[in-house]
Amino acid sequence: MSPRAATHLVAGLLLLAYPLVASPFFVFQIGAYSLILGTIALSLMILAGYGGMVSLAQMMVAGVAGYLVAILGTNESGLLGFGWPWWLYVPVAVLIASVVASLIGLLAVRSAGIYMIMITLAVATAFFYFARQNYAVLNGFNGFHGVVPPHAFGIAWRRPIPFYYLCLAVAAAFYAAALYGERSTFGLALQAVRDNPRRMRALGFNVPALRVFAFFLAGVIAATAGVLLVWFNSQISPGTISVAAAIDTLVIAVVGGIRRPAGPYFGALLFAVLQNFAIDLIDPERFNTVIGIVFLAVVLLSPDGLLGLFARLRNAVPTRSFAEPEPARPAGAVPQRSRI
Amino acid sequence: MSDAVALSLDEAGAHALDLVGVGRRFGALTALADITLSVRAGERRAILGSNGAGKTTLFNTITGDFPPSSGRIRFFGEDVTHFPAHERIRRGLRRTYQISLLFDGLSVIDSIFLACRGVSRRRFSLLRPRRDDATRAQAEQLLHAVRLDDARDVAVGQLSHGQKRQVEIALALAGAPRFILFDEPAAGLAPTERRDLVAILTALPAHIGYIIIEHDLDVALRVAERVTMMHNGRIFKEGTPDEIEADAEVQAIYLGGAHG
Repeated sequence: MSPRAATHLVAGLLLLAYPLVASPFFVFQIGAYSLILGTIALSLMILAGYGGMVSLAQMMVAGVAGYLVAILGTNESGLLGFGWPWWLYVPVAVLIASVVASLIGLLAVRSAGIYMIMITLAVATAFFYFARQNYAVLNGFNGFHGVVPPHAFGIAWRRPIPFYYLCLAVAAAFYAAALYGERSTFGLALQAVRDNPRRMRALGFNVPALRVFAFFLAGVIAATAGVLLVWFNSQISPGTISVAAAIDTLVIAVVGGIRRPAGPYFGALLFAVLQNFAIDLIDPERFNTVIGIVFLAVVLLSPDGLLGLFARLRNAVPTRSFAEPEPARPAGAVPQRSRI
Repeated sequence: MSDAVALSLDEAGAHALDLVGVGRRFGALTALADITLSVRAGERRAILGSNGAGKTTLFNTITGDFPPSSGRIRFFGEDVTHFPAHERIRRGLRRTYQISLLFDGLSVIDSIFLACRGVSRRRFSLLRPRRDDATRAQAEQLLHAVRLDDARDVAVGQLSHGQKRQVEIALALAGAPRFILFDEPAAGLAPTERRDLVAILTALPAHIGYIIIEHDLDVALRVAERVTMMHNGRIFKEGTPDEIEADAEVQAIYLGGAHG
């Protein structure tokens, strides 16, 4: 077994065993929450790390899926709530939100760098204000509450442990898909577009179409996590998709390490822990300062985020650590380069 | 219809490239003015000219990196003037770049694989290519043809300058090229590497024509049948390598510096 496979096996077993030792609070508020945020940030990592495209609209895509769940399924806000069964509203919500992601991509992919960030931020901000002011469909400032996971296959998915395993299954599936897809034809083409879009045109690739397809795929991931997020909060309101939340997604991906799929999950874990416990360390008015300082420290110490930090610690200490999911590169292996 | 007419129609269809009145302006600057140029299928043509003569701009208008401001471009009889770059490539046009434009984060074999895939189907496949995938086999052959077997899994960003030029050539040979534009392929190469380059160019199948921009006359005149001279965005002379070498005007404009 390769060191990399061994690392994944150990990490998988630890994640499966976690609810056996952790309290329901830790299973739900830290475990499930980290997996959801990590999956939303994974969708950004795929766009940015593989495609060189930084989108601040991924939380918005998750939010669109969340709103659709509240509208198509059931809610307790007394507005809409078509009462569709979960096996219908979940795929429809994910599909529509992914199409929205493609439309955002269509707007954004002809620009690059800071301009793409600005366009996606503008779209996300516009949707936030639209959601806050639209009372006819999105119920304005209040949004929807009482949006809970279904009771299916004889399991109450709302309870912490089943919900944790549901989030773990979704996160593991997308994480594995990202690792597999990295070496697929499309994955290689996306990385090549990151390195040199002009040359990709000169090889016969339709570069804008390729980038829009990447937005669609990342949209599927963000939207599915968005369904979990609305269930986790059992409500959705404009606050879920605020500009602050959009930037949190970027912070999570960058702090964790934006070049590989494991990064966003480490970033999300740190974020969830800090968000829950920084308030115990310091005056409640100032806990955001603690969060900011920790993130600043990580990024200053390691441009590659937590993953880069783990790699350095492992190189400094002779014993092998399982924190880093990828083995040291053999000579001649291909390092990935980030262009952002 | 007589045989003679049929023959002349065939000849017209056998032009790989027909440029009529092609011009390109950047604001007030006229980079190309009224270029009319025909290259037969399978013909090997060199374009000479001093820096700023418009040679690379000409390549950019032909491949669609940026379109011409005026004029028409036909590729094997088809008007491609307004085609996006990737559509021209899919029709068999290829090019290399003067300054290597490669994928620094990808390995050599992955880069060549993408070049082969770019002109075939399943460009957007979410599956990994299978072990017996035809495109993979093509990429391995091409890797061997440009003598990069030893650098197969090295990231392109870590290659030497000479090796990067070889990757440039491999990318241009991928798929089934019908006509290739080589933009100073010998730039910065050591003498032995130049010899390898000449060997690769002269060994290309006869049906593949090309235009080569090359400052090194030793290379240019050895790999071309005809030579076109450019100056200040215009074509001012065309002939065989011998005629061009002997031409007094050419020597004054282009070769003058070499004697000074």
